Amino acid sequence: MNIHEYQAKEILRAHGIPVPPGEVATSPEEAEAIASKYGGPVVVKAQVHTGGRGKAGGVKLADDAADAAEKAAAILGMEIKGLTVEKVLVTPAEEIASEAYVGIVMDRASQADVFMVSSEGGVDIEEVAASQPEAITKLRVDPRYGLLPHQAMGLAWALYDDVKQVRQAASIIRKLHEAYRAAGATLAEINPLIVTPEGEVKAIDAKMNIDDNVLFRVPDVEAMRDTSAEPPAETKARDAGLSYIKLDGDVGCVVNGAGLAMATMDMVKHYGGEPANFLDIGGSSNPDKVVTALEIITADPRVKSILFNIFGGITRCDDVANGIVEATNRIEIDRPIAIRLTGTNEEEAVEILKQAGFAAMTDMDEVVKEAVSLAHGGSD
Amino acid sequence: MSIFIDGSTRLVVQGITGRDGSFHTRQMIEYGTDVVAGVTPGKGGQMFDDSVPVFNTVVEAVSERGANTSVVYVPAAFAADAVLEAAEAGIELIVCISEGVPVQDMMRVLPFVEERGARLIGPNCPGLITPGVCKVGILPGQIVAPGPVGVVSRSGTLTYEVVFQLTRAGIGQTTCVGIGGDPLIGTNFVDCLEAFEADPDTRAVCMIGEIGGTDEQVAAEFVRDRMSKPVVGFIAGRTAPPGRRMGHAGAIISGSEGTADEKMRAFRECGIAVAELPADFVGLVQAGL
Repeated sequence: MNIHEYQAKEILRAHGIPVPPGEVATSPEEAEAIASKYGGPVVVKAQVHTGGRGKAGGVKLADDAADAAEKAAAILGMEIKGLTVEKVLVTPAEEIASEAYVGIVMDRASQADVFMVSSEGGVDIEEVAASQPEAITKLRVDPRYGLLPHQAMGLAWALYDDVKQVRQAASIIRKLHEAYRAAGATLAEINPLIVTPEGEVKAIDAKMNIDDNVLFRVPDVEAMRDTSAEPPAETKARDAGLSYIKLDGDVGCVVNGAGLAMATMDMVKHYGGEPANFLDIGGSSNPDKVVTALEIITADPRVKSILFNIFGGITRCDDVANGIVEATNRIEIDRPIAIRLTGTNEEEAVEILKQAGFAAMTDMDEVVKEAVSLAHGGSD
Repeated sequence: MSIFIDGSTRLVVQGITGRDGSFHTRQMIEYGTDVVAGVTPGKGGQMFDDSVPVFNTVVEAVSERGANTSVVYVPAAFAADAVLEAAEAGIELIVCISEGVPVQDMMRVLPFVEERGARLIGPNCPGLITPGVCKVGILPGQIVAPGPVGVVSRSGTLTYEVVFQLTRAGIGQTTCVGIGGDPLIGTNFVDCLEAFEADPDTRAVCMIGEIGGTDEQVAAEFVRDRMSKPVVGFIAGRTAPPGRRMGHAGAIISGSEGTADEKMRAFRECGIAVAELPADFVGLVQAGL
């Protein structure tokens, strides 16, 4: 799960990391009110789930409250990488003497959390990693012992020469690790970590990604989910226990299992079609899930044909067949359906579908070709 | 022969009285697996289906019944501790079926399991099956057949698809292993390839990968440097958009890393025959045998 900058900053603040104040506005008037409260220049920052906001013009400096309203008006409603900006963060502009980067990420290869720090902050860290890898210091955190104090100091010495800043940075690094662990994050970044002309070390931007699997344990973090930042169909799917991602094609796909769902999408493309979505109905045998899946897919106006690819293991084919029949009774499905079912209770499923007027296939390649052909307007 | 499980496997089912645990225990027994014990805290002393003794702890299942392998069906929130308990009790092979285990839990589990010399398969996996002998997990027994091909996969139902096509074409398997779709897993592709290379009955290997991470690339180098047996590979997720988690927690393309194209290129460069479609496995395996 992605959270916004202002939410990540709340988490960091709660763990004692120095973060300048800030409030969220959804209108220019609100932005003006917040800016006048702080007085002086402010930064108006788009809150969207993507990087590269600055380059896209989503981060602007405002001289005063009236200017903040103007800048907010320009940013709100703007599209950044396909996402519409619904909120801006208004925060006092900080004077900056230097900028650094501090991040921690779950690293699959080393099966541990890895810290990365660099004195080259305020820029895209992937670019730094590519152009001057020696400017990045890495540390694998041993999962058995956690981040040790001297390790945090070592990372901080890679950023600063003055022990005053080093101690502040080491404290921030340790607190960042605590915040990362407590929130169940797979990534937490401060970019930039700044030093003010007075020598204070502060976090003025923050990013966190949360492991979806940990959300049951951190309800206050789950409450940060911004459903306005995702397509409504994805919210509906998640609530029903389905895994759904909308794509741009016209063949709607309903599959059990993530790997088979991906392979099905790939095969649609292979046979000249374009998948409209990724959808995994999961391993359970609940006809309601099939109904919800069909509701979501038929709500997408681009979908021209619907493809079912079910390999029954735990999932029982007759349950899926019942779900298809039930869905067609409950909602009007005005697009052609191609169905493939094989495995557990396949014969019962084929019979159920036949009674309801559907044909069922047993071969994956055949059904995918059929669905692509239906999307292109033909039936054979 | 086979890898990891065979006729000497003595299985304890952790979570045997739960909905999934009880269903799949019956399936495993029916397939011929020697299920020697179950564990559900508070239900020690009971008998499962009048045939399998239930204990409160894994330690008892090991000392009373000689269990050497465990399968974990407990809910995600408790799965990590169930794996730790099995490793602590001296279980040699732990298969964790549970889906949705937090990655920070797995990070603590992996070094613990390794230090105790146990092998973990999963989590979020369908388990493994040695056709005609033993199955541990949830793979459907009716789609496999004994034969010379080893199968290793990050997926569940996609594995069933491929294995079913092999079986239908008369190509049987030594062992089929689902290693799981999570970013942090115990046994990986290389571990399975190494075991298949050492297994005298395995004459070819099918490897089913997907987007996300670099395990397939590492496995490809292993095949090039250390394997004499032919390997056929497939990667799911060529049409997946970057940055989105495709169902499996581990199936996410970050930056330019973990794409299907990159993995298929690594396969080709390392002498692995690439199946463009699941249906291509049969022909490529036949050519390799």
